Amino acid sequence: MNWSWDHAAAVLPELLSAFLRVTLLVTIVSSIGAAVLGLVWAIVLREAPKVVAAIIFRILDIIRMTPIPLQLAAIWAFVITTDVEALTVGLIVYAVHYSTYMAESYRAGIESIRPGQWEAATALSMSKGRTWRAVIIPQALRATVPSLGNWAIAMFKDTPFLIMISVPEMVTAAEKYGGSTFSYDEPFILAGLIFLAASYPTAVLMRKLENRLATY
Amino acid sequence: MDAFLDDLSTAAPRFWDGLVVTLQLGLGGAAVAFVIAVALGLLTLSPNSWLRAPGRMVVEFFRGTSLVVQLFFFFFVLPQIGLELDPIPVGIAALGLNYGAYGAEVVRGSLAAVPKAQWEATTALSMGSVQRMARIIWPQAWALMLPGLNNLLVMLVKGTALASFIFLHDVTFVADDLRRTMGKLFSFGIGFAIYYALNQLLSSGMRILELRAQRRLGLKPESRKATKRAEAVAGVG
Amino acid sequence: MPPTDESLQPVPGAPALTFENVVKKFGDLTVLNDLNFEVERGQRVTLIGPSGSGKTTILRLVMTLESLTGGYIHVDGVPLTHVERGGKRVARRHKDVAQLTRRIGMVFQQFNLFPNMTVIENIIEAPVHVLGKSKEEARTRGKELLEQVGLGDKADQHPSRLSGGQQQRVAIARALAMDPEILLLDEVTSALDPELVGDVLQVLRDLAENTDITMLIVTHEMQFAQDVSDRVLMFDSGHIIEDAQPDVMFSNPTHERTKEFLRAVL
Ligand SMILES: Nc1ncnc2c1ncn2[C@@H]1O[C@H](COP(=O)(O)OP(=O)(O)O)[C@@H](O)[C@H]1O
Ligand SMILES: [Mg+2]
Repeated sequence: MNWSWDHAAAVLPELLSAFLRVTLLVTIVSSIGAAVLGLVWAIVLREAPKVVAAIIFRILDIIRMTPIPLQLAAIWAFVITTDVEALTVGLIVYAVHYSTYMAESYRAGIESIRPGQWEAATALSMSKGRTWRAVIIPQALRATVPSLGNWAIAMFKDTPFLIMISVPEMVTAAEKYGGSTFSYDEPFILAGLIFLAASYPTAVLMRKLENRLATY
Repeated sequence: MDAFLDDLSTAAPRFWDGLVVTLQLGLGGAAVAFVIAVALGLLTLSPNSWLRAPGRMVVEFFRGTSLVVQLFFFFFVLPQIGLELDPIPVGIAALGLNYGAYGAEVVRGSLAAVPKAQWEATTALSMGSVQRMARIIWPQAWALMLPGLNNLLVMLVKGTALASFIFLHDVTFVADDLRRTMGKLFSFGIGFAIYYALNQLLSSGMRILELRAQRRLGLKPESRKATKRAEAVAGVG
Repeated sequence: MPPTDESLQPVPGAPALTFENVVKKFGDLTVLNDLNFEVERGQRVTLIGPSGSGKTTILRLVMTLESLTGGYIHVDGVPLTHVERGGKRVARRHKDVAQLTRRIGMVFQQFNLFPNMTVIENIIEAPVHVLGKSKEEARTRGKELLEQVGLGDKADQHPSRLSGGQQQRVAIARALAMDPEILLLDEVTSALDPELVGDVLQVLRDLAENTDITMLIVTHEMQFAQDVSDRVLMFDSGHIIEDAQPDVMFSNPTHERTKEFLRAVL
């Protein structure tokens, strides 16, 4: 290994550009998507008729237990003839995949709410919908946000799987640079450091948030 | 139906080869990850900060830098400094280090969650540190860490799907490859089924371990068989 | 808003609450077996009896927090959760049950205030979103009720900043904001430190004095029960074993079990 500052300087802008345009975009958009979808699953699993809930549970289980690269390749194979972009496929796959994990986090958050809260809502004749919106979700969210943040960080570090469908995210850019210059160490070390620099402080922040949100 | 069975018999050898690669990476990675998780978990719990600090740094480094980056680093950079490795050991090393670092947090957290009184009791009984860990603390922490390790095992198995990035022909590669000749629905369907079955199998195995660990701590009722055996030994019933 | 279904209108002269052959089981455990009693409008009825005798279950059935295993509960003469149709017992539509339970309020042992809302938000939540009152109207009334329970200055506090006794008084105000005809009170002072019990009981005494709300009360505060009740029901194993006016019940009970129970608690 012979570290060259020239190579480092040359590849860094390419990495950062791919980071901002793809890696960060996918992380943010798909995290929001996963957070919304996950909440929908959590509510549906509680409120839907038993059979429907069981079917949805099984589907989520399958999504959760199969790899993202396979999911990317599969969806991509089905839309490749249409003009849907690979990036869009990526956004959807990441959002749906991580929504299955976030649904679990929400479930735990919802179950941590004491039954007295539901009972008080019933005693006040509040509707199901209003009870969820005004009482349950705000309290569950408080218990769940740090865990959602941690899943978003996990998603962030999984974004290089986008290589599977040739979306030019940061590690693809690093590999490309390495392939054309035969200088692999600078791009991969820098890419790793960028991941570390973005994820570590966020993880620390989530830990802090967890402590602060723990009580009312 | 017959056509499906024909397809299946054509595809089966290919998927079998893929499964062998996936299993090598998954089981090899899990074994390495477990050893690393225990070692780093103990290290990060050490009262000695000369051991603890480097342990923490290694954990945060491998957790923070992304699995695929680590894989590519091992695959592309190490040969340049004369470390020529086959792709399978490279994959196993990357999976083992990455998930080992995550596992270290589970191990550390579970050990730390064993009540302080248990640690103090071992001191009161003048136990040595190895005896204390092996006989008192670890068995209690083991029951606590299994659910977390189970989650990580599923993630590790999914992580093996990066095999094709280093030119290995695992299940994901085969599914993607066969879609041209055998149809998308068929090839990907089989691919999903294989991973799902594999992960379900591993998860139930982990749950059995968990149940046994809890039983040993008296947290779950003994199985009927175990009760019978105990009664037989005690000469009752 | 008039009730959508004519049959939900109160029956003139009917009791506020009627238990008709009520059966409640939890799995194999039969808690109430063929229970019958009535509570007249405006009456204050206290349920006493040993722990586990089914008092809480009775209140929870009225609030529809538990489902009936058998029999009927009528509110103002209208069947609450089940109706008899062609000799068969059928469950009412959820919407109708919801209409009827609006006349019923409940205060819990553990307060159950919503921790994500301020005191005033707790109070106006249901008037605004269930009864459709305007925010200002609900707020004005809410402030009045807070004054009434002695917490006029706590409107914008979060419940977690209040003492247990204060929280329970907010919970009472929250229930009153719905203008219930029937108020269910389940051991509302049991979770409080002894020095905080007095304020809460005073609020309830005032309420009994100044309103004509029908009250069904479960309490271990026997002096309070004697002062506010028109009638006391002694329960044992899900049965009413004595039904008397408070002075009779507390000074001269007839049943041996009642005597035993009162000796133990007084
Ligand atoms: N949700 C429940 N599941 C099972 N048993 C219950 C449940 N709620 C109450 N019980 C049982 O019903 C009986 C009556 O309980 P309860 O109405 O709370 O009595 P009280 O309020 O008079 O102390 C008790 O034996 C109690 O254990
Ligand atoms: Mg009770």
